[in-house]
Amino acid sequence: MKLTEISGNINEWFSGEGPLSDVVISSRVRLARNLAGHRFLAACPATEKAEILRKLKDVLMALDLGDEVFYIGVDKVPALEKRFLVERHLISQNHAFGKGPRGAVIARREFFTAMINEEDHLRLQVLKAGCQLSACIEQINRIDDLIEQKVEYAFSPKYGYLTACPTNLGTGIRVSVMLHLPALKMTGQIEKFLNAAKALGLAVRGLFGEGTEAAGDFYQLSNQITLGVRENDIVNQFEKTIIPEIVEYEHAARSQLLSHDASLLDDKISRALALLKNANLISSQEALFLLSHIRLGLNMRKHQGASTPAIDRLCSLGADVGDAGNAGTTDKISIVTVNRLFLLTLPAHLQLNYGKELDSTHRDALRAQIIRSALNG
Amino acid sequence: MQCEVCQSKEATIHLTEIADGVRTEMHLCEQCAQEQGVGTKSYIPLNELLSNLLSAGPKGEEPAEPAESEPVCPNCGYTLDKFRDKAVLGCPNDYEVFEKQLLPLIKKAHDGATCHCGKVPAKIPTDSKKQLEIAQLRQQLDEAVRKEDYELAAKLRDKLAEFK
Ligand SMILES: [Zn+2]
Ligand SMILES: [Zn+2]
Repeated sequence: MKLTEISGNINEWFSGEGPLSDVVISSRVRLARNLAGHRFLAACPATEKAEILRKLKDVLMALDLGDEVFYIGVDKVPALEKRFLVERHLISQNHAFGKGPRGAVIARREFFTAMINEEDHLRLQVLKAGCQLSACIEQINRIDDLIEQKVEYAFSPKYGYLTACPTNLGTGIRVSVMLHLPALKMTGQIEKFLNAAKALGLAVRGLFGEGTEAAGDFYQLSNQITLGVRENDIVNQFEKTIIPEIVEYEHAARSQLLSHDASLLDDKISRALALLKNANLISSQEALFLLSHIRLGLNMRKHQGASTPAIDRLCSLGADVGDAGNAGTTDKISIVTVNRLFLLTLPAHLQLNYGKELDSTHRDALRAQIIRSALNG
Repeated sequence: MQCEVCQSKEATIHLTEIADGVRTEMHLCEQCAQEQGVGTKSYIPLNELLSNLLSAGPKGEEPAEPAESEPVCPNCGYTLDKFRDKAVLGCPNDYEVFEKQLLPLIKKAHDGATCHCGKVPAKIPTDSKKQLEIAQLRQQLDEAVRKEDYELAAKLRDKLAEFK
């Protein structure tokens, strides 16, 4: 499959749908697994890596996932395609730019990826839109069970699933949610969130991970402890305690903006609109930052019925929401429009869809043009 | 080496870190590192963790050559030095070979836990399963005693006795 078949469109997990989607963009669960009878990758010669890759690729390509799957030889594809896969969260930065024989098996609808020969022999991931961690763990468990019928995992009764790095030992699970917290940021309360996360032993990172030009009010929150805690207990802690609390904080901050700082909120949204509709050059940092404020305005209208002069103006805006297939359809601007712009204006997306590599000035011009024409539709 | 982000300037900042369970090496130029806010997030600096927890003796007294008793994994040839250098282990067997030295690091990374609890492969032999249950009961017992929940502790002791 050609990557350009998916690069012009938004993916399922970034659809802006799902539970609590005005704050929780997506949910992800990853599992780290290694094959018994093989060394970990750092001690493997290329021949052994190739053998592991072949074995796991065959097993994974034969799985029935209810979707078409395709394989990417990550060690063989051009750098631009690697960066595209990272931007789309289909593989990690580490996998993209690592060494030796390695690959990824990806479900066409992008809810599932298996990275083969990343840091561990196998890293499985399931991604869904909104707050859906329970559904993620259920699905990834099923897939893990299917794989385990065909291979033997390195496992110790005492330490659980054995991983190359002791920090992933035990369940090998990494649960994460991507959060959009613009109001906490605007009201100067983001430090509170960061400190609370730290106190809970959770890791906080930017939306598109290291190595991409990340910015804006996006935070990825994940567990770090993998030993001595059941998978479901981690998921429950996220779904029952951590996420509802953060969502409540963010909602309170949005209400506070409306009731006390409506002029600040309106100023941010107006400025964002003015720049996005008129600028000739926009860096991807700036685009994320400005689109974040547009997304906030739209979500406040949709979920809180907010009405201020800037939000009203924003919501009456026509936008080109056409997919590749039916370009030119004009409709009212929506979260989907904004999410599309987030994704399609990332550097590798821009270049892959343009058909060739561009220097940063040309990227900034193309990005500005895409945004302008979408918002002036 | 070129900066991974802008692909133009010389990378002067080299980082190894764990975030999100992924060990990542990053090579960035100064400007991109600053833009990414590198170093300001709550990562566990792996190298630091390793050197703190694995350093054998007081600083400055590191032997130039591995002591005679330094364990070597017969399966992958790894020593602790090699682990310290690579920040990942060589094979599953290493958890046994270097168990004593790894344990403080495992505890530190997992909030004191030393025993798996959770999913078990369906294929695991029955006596291993039993072993696992015993280990988990022991851990729960320790926890109960620590919390001074003696009622639960007594129950767990009874359960443990049934296994013997
Ligand atoms: Zn750079
Ligand atoms: Zn070994």
